Amino acid sequence: MSLQRFMQYPWSNWMKGEGPDADIVISTRLRIARNLRQHPFPLLATDSQAEEVVNKVAEVATSDAMQKVGSFEQVKMEQLSPLEKRVLVEKHLISPNLAEESRKGAVLLSEDESVSIMVNEEDHIRIQVFLPGFQLSEAWEAGSRIDDIFEKNLNYAFNENRGYLTSCPTNVGTGIRASVMLHLPALVMTQQINRILQAINQVGLVVRGLYGEGSEAVGNLFQLSNQVTLGMSESDIISNLYSVANQIIQQEREARRYLSEHSRTALEDRICRSYGTLLYARTVESKEAAQRLSDVRLGIDLGIIDNVTSFTLNELLVSTQPGYLQQAAGQKLTAEQRDERRARLIREKLSAK
Amino acid sequence: MNCQECGKRPATLHLTKIVNGEKTENHLCEHCAQEKGHFVQGFGNFSINNLLSGLLNFDPMSKNAAQGAMGNPSTATKPMRCETCGMTYAQFSKSGRFGCSDCYEHFGSKLDPLFRRIHGNTNHVGKVPERTGGQIKIRKELEQLKSTLQQYIATEEFEKAAEMRDRIRALEQKIAQSQ
Ligand SMILES: [Zn+2]
Ligand SMILES: [Zn+2]
Repeated sequence: MSLQRFMQYPWSNWMKGEGPDADIVISTRLRIARNLRQHPFPLLATDSQAEEVVNKVAEVATSDAMQKVGSFEQVKMEQLSPLEKRVLVEKHLISPNLAEESRKGAVLLSEDESVSIMVNEEDHIRIQVFLPGFQLSEAWEAGSRIDDIFEKNLNYAFNENRGYLTSCPTNVGTGIRASVMLHLPALVMTQQINRILQAINQVGLVVRGLYGEGSEAVGNLFQLSNQVTLGMSESDIISNLYSVANQIIQQEREARRYLSEHSRTALEDRICRSYGTLLYARTVESKEAAQRLSDVRLGIDLGIIDNVTSFTLNELLVSTQPGYLQQAAGQKLTAEQRDERRARLIREKLSAK
Repeated sequence: MNCQECGKRPATLHLTKIVNGEKTENHLCEHCAQEKGHFVQGFGNFSINNLLSGLLNFDPMSKNAAQGAMGNPSTATKPMRCETCGMTYAQFSKSGRFGCSDCYEHFGSKLDPLFRRIHGNTNHVGKVPERTGGQIKIRKELEQLKSTLQQYIATEEFEKAAEMRDRIRALEQKIAQSQ
């Protein structure tokens, strides 16, 4: 059964470690928020109204037109244990909000996990596309194609002046949130990151940590996304994000070059110490793991470490999370037990050849 | 640093949220973070909800409306309400969420200052749905062409302007035919 597969394997299409600028941009995500005209938003919907939305969306998702995009499996939140939901959150396939707050929430997952369509989250429909590397336009095109199929079959809430109508006023207009996950260790090490983050906030973009809405960047991973959705076209939103991300990428490359030239020994020492720690540690907390894995990732990108792939690191991003560790163990674990399992998993993955 | 919740265990989760340059920080241990429903490195309690309702309550329009309502009993008895789902503007201000798509219609231009503050804009310029918005699409395209035409006239590129004018005529015919 394929739900089992979504649960068991940490692997998703976005982790490939390929794609343009994959040394800095780990993945690209695009989300499109849509609602149905004749139904109250999920916040006010009755159970039967919410169920109706789930059925309508599922019907389109399994139609012939959608089969050309991919084959989708529907998973209802009420079928899942809290731990299973948590695994899907850690894999970024569903939002914490869908897992925790939704009534009659469901998700339609494509086989390679590059598309997930959430139903009855804050909005009736949220189409999410995930791609490896820096692929903003590609993600928008893929998402927009799915959006078109839904629109042919469902009556969307759309208003000439306000655009696509959403439950939250922060999403109205285009309803799109495009984001890139950036690995910026050199900008952090050279202490330029705060200056850059401040500048970003002034150009209508926002930075978040890796997991969800409000967290600090752990492991030097930053999620950069657009904040404005109204009054800018999708292509402007995407090209704006693209050009800002591109500038950050260039600055990160510059900072890496600077560190390689001016503090080569210190840099190698830091990277190799982290690598050594992970190869031998018997217990490691999630925050330390994230930081050390960031060092190893940088080591790979700079050619200092050559027997680990970025795919392995991307996989570890997910598989070292608390929910996933417990799912793999088949039982609830204490924090100490998780730290131990985490260390073992990392050891195994890094020394596998 | 110790966890701000229990004060006992060291804070290992540092949650930072930046919205419009405003930063809020929370420092929790893993245990308390889980208690509070933070899945991985924190969600839920730091929802945009709270921030938004802050924004909305700050709305000078709604303040004026509230004062007006207090001074004037005739308006006080009739709160602004979406006729379709029944949500009042006050409820919307509190939750930061609309109840249905008609709320946009019923709250009307009262929403302009809010949209301006969040997006710097009040009107949509992007994608238009193919089926439900065929007419809208043509009209938007027409607007676009007209403004391009003005630009060409201003820069005295008359050949291009003539081309625009032909395209505008064709679209106008298309609208006339379908009505
Ligand atoms: Zn605590
Ligand atoms: Zn309403």
